[in-house]
Amino acid sequence: MATKHSRMSARLMISPAVLLLLGWMLIPLSMTLYFSFLRYNLLMPGMEEFTGLTNYRFFLTDPAFFAALWNTIALVVGVLVVTVIGGILLALLLDQPFFGQGIVRILVIAPFFVMPTVSALVWKNMFMNPVNGLFAHAAKALGLQPFDFLSSAPLASIIGIVSWQWLPFATLILLTALQSLDQEQLEAAEMDGAPWIKRFWYIMLPHLARAITVVILIQTIFLLSVFAEILVTTNGGPGTASTNLTYLIYMQSLLQFDVGGGSAGGVVAIILANIVAIFLMRMIGKNLDA
Amino acid sequence: MGRITLDKVRKAFGDIEVIPPLDLTIEDGEFVVFVGPSGCGKSTLLRLIAGLEDVSGGQIRIDREDATNLPPAKRGLAMVFQSYALYPHMSVRKNIAFPMKMAGLPQDEQERRIEGAAKALNLTDYLDRKPGQLSGGQRQRVAIGRAIVREPAAFLFDEPLSNLDAALRVGMRLEISELHKRLATTMIYVTHDQVEAMTMADKIVVLRAGNIEQVGSPLELYNRPRNVFVAGFIGSPKMNLITGAEAAKHNATTIGIRPEHLAISTEGGAWKGEIGVSEHLGSDTFFHVTVEGQVEPLTVRASGEVSLSYGDTVWLTPNEANLHRFDAEGLRIA
Ligand SMILES: Nc1ncnc2c1ncn2[C@@H]1O[C@H](COP(=O)(O)OP(=O)(O)O)[C@@H](O)[C@H]1O
Ligand SMILES: [Mg+2]
Repeated sequence: MATKHSRMSARLMISPAVLLLLGWMLIPLSMTLYFSFLRYNLLMPGMEEFTGLTNYRFFLTDPAFFAALWNTIALVVGVLVVTVIGGILLALLLDQPFFGQGIVRILVIAPFFVMPTVSALVWKNMFMNPVNGLFAHAAKALGLQPFDFLSSAPLASIIGIVSWQWLPFATLILLTALQSLDQEQLEAAEMDGAPWIKRFWYIMLPHLARAITVVILIQTIFLLSVFAEILVTTNGGPGTASTNLTYLIYMQSLLQFDVGGGSAGGVVAIILANIVAIFLMRMIGKNLDA
Repeated sequence: MGRITLDKVRKAFGDIEVIPPLDLTIEDGEFVVFVGPSGCGKSTLLRLIAGLEDVSGGQIRIDREDATNLPPAKRGLAMVFQSYALYPHMSVRKNIAFPMKMAGLPQDEQERRIEGAAKALNLTDYLDRKPGQLSGGQRQRVAIGRAIVREPAAFLFDEPLSNLDAALRVGMRLEISELHKRLATTMIYVTHDQVEAMTMADKIVVLRAGNIEQVGSPLELYNRPRNVFVAGFIGSPKMNLITGAEAAKHNATTIGIRPEHLAISTEGGAWKGEIGVSEHLGSDTFFHVTVEGQVEPLTVRASGEVSLSYGDTVWLTPNEANLHRFDAEGLRIA
């Protein structure tokens, strides 16, 4: 791509793809924007009319909005903390040579291949159910009162379920990063008198910084839009205790048939996601520079 | 102080014995070079001394104290790795300070030693750079700086120059030799390059398949190689090794003669041959001469002025006093 000519033809070649992508993204986006300024309820078809910012006013002053905002942040941060710390620990463990390493590695990755709906249902019915769940049985065996996870600690339970799904991803990325660490660096540090914990802190962790950044960025994108796990376990409840923004928009537009309000919520969510993205890139994006 | 003694030290990886039991003493302040072909166990031996590998048997003593089971950090040795093993996310200053920080040295003492090392190694202008922004030679010097500031009992170098280009290698060779003269600390230096071994060592240890073939000063090894392997390995260009009838005339299985101990003449001499390739170095010229009855061409050193060309007929005469004789086991005779 050195000469003017080759740059020109490169631009020409990729322009169809760029235009296609642009249309792909722009058309739904502008339609959402358009709907968000309409009074548009599915129960009253053909009655659409322009209402200006009313949808936004309703959405942003709804107490459920602040609850959902808070829940979204708690969900994202909670899962990130669990998966990054858990992923580092698991990666350190899996990096050690031990018998049956290959099989254990496959088992660790397995949860990633389970569909969110399925895994959430399994967790709900087989583990967290206060009557039949494994945890309830364990509690009873120990003579304790079974804990009703999904109604007493709905958000924490969902954080647990989602973390379980994403832990393999974090582990996998961090494990590959750990394996790419030059062993001579660790040996040099060992000769320099650094015990294991200092080798971890001064050599391994900085080496992992990049991989941790990738894990945080990618997971944040997906965690902002967690939906299936909430739908099949708590339905956002009790009250709004486990409603995140995605789920709130779903309730608004499909359970209350208010397409206008839902679209306004969607636009708000897009803006918030971009604010998060800008913050993330500012804070940790420099780790991605080579 | 840095006197290191290896007593029947043995190393096996699984069933494969890489280093059979081996004895060696390295005196305090000595510059010892382990030299041998690739894969002969030089690095393994060095890592055993450093404590990065556990011995399979025998004892390692450092200053008369048993260090066989000491962890690397407790042995008081500093190592310079082939890949430099600098910490890429730390500045040069932090890299050099790292061992002192781990040892908990006071801040001003750290500063003082960093300044000293940086000045000695020409790194003062680069202290705030990251290793990735340095050239190969500079990285090498940072690795050495990181070793110096610990004031170790001995330095261990594992092929430190093999990643540098030829010109830089000659320069760094001199710098390391100078460092040794100045610090007078024991240094153990591993290389597969016999030129490095000859130019730097007080004492050379020639290794083959984990065995010590010979230990001695560079000139001892050059003048009196103990066996055919050392004879062929030390010296550049290599010693000419001749077997068969010519060797039998001298009551030996193999005779060896260095290129500079062969006289070349166009009139007459002991062996008749034909000039093959010639290498002109300016001061010297090396002729590869195919001698009748010999498979391998012989290398001959002549002065740079001698002009002979491809295909010329010449006669070679060995200097009998400098002839090396080896028996059927390859060992030197007298
Ligand atoms: N960790 C190891 N496991 C098994 N074999 C090894 C290991 N390290 C070295 N070896 C073997 O030991 C021999 C000597 O290796 P090394 O000491 O690295 O040679 P050198 O440094 O002289 O080139 C080689 O044959 C190598 O394959
Ligand atoms: Mg080696």
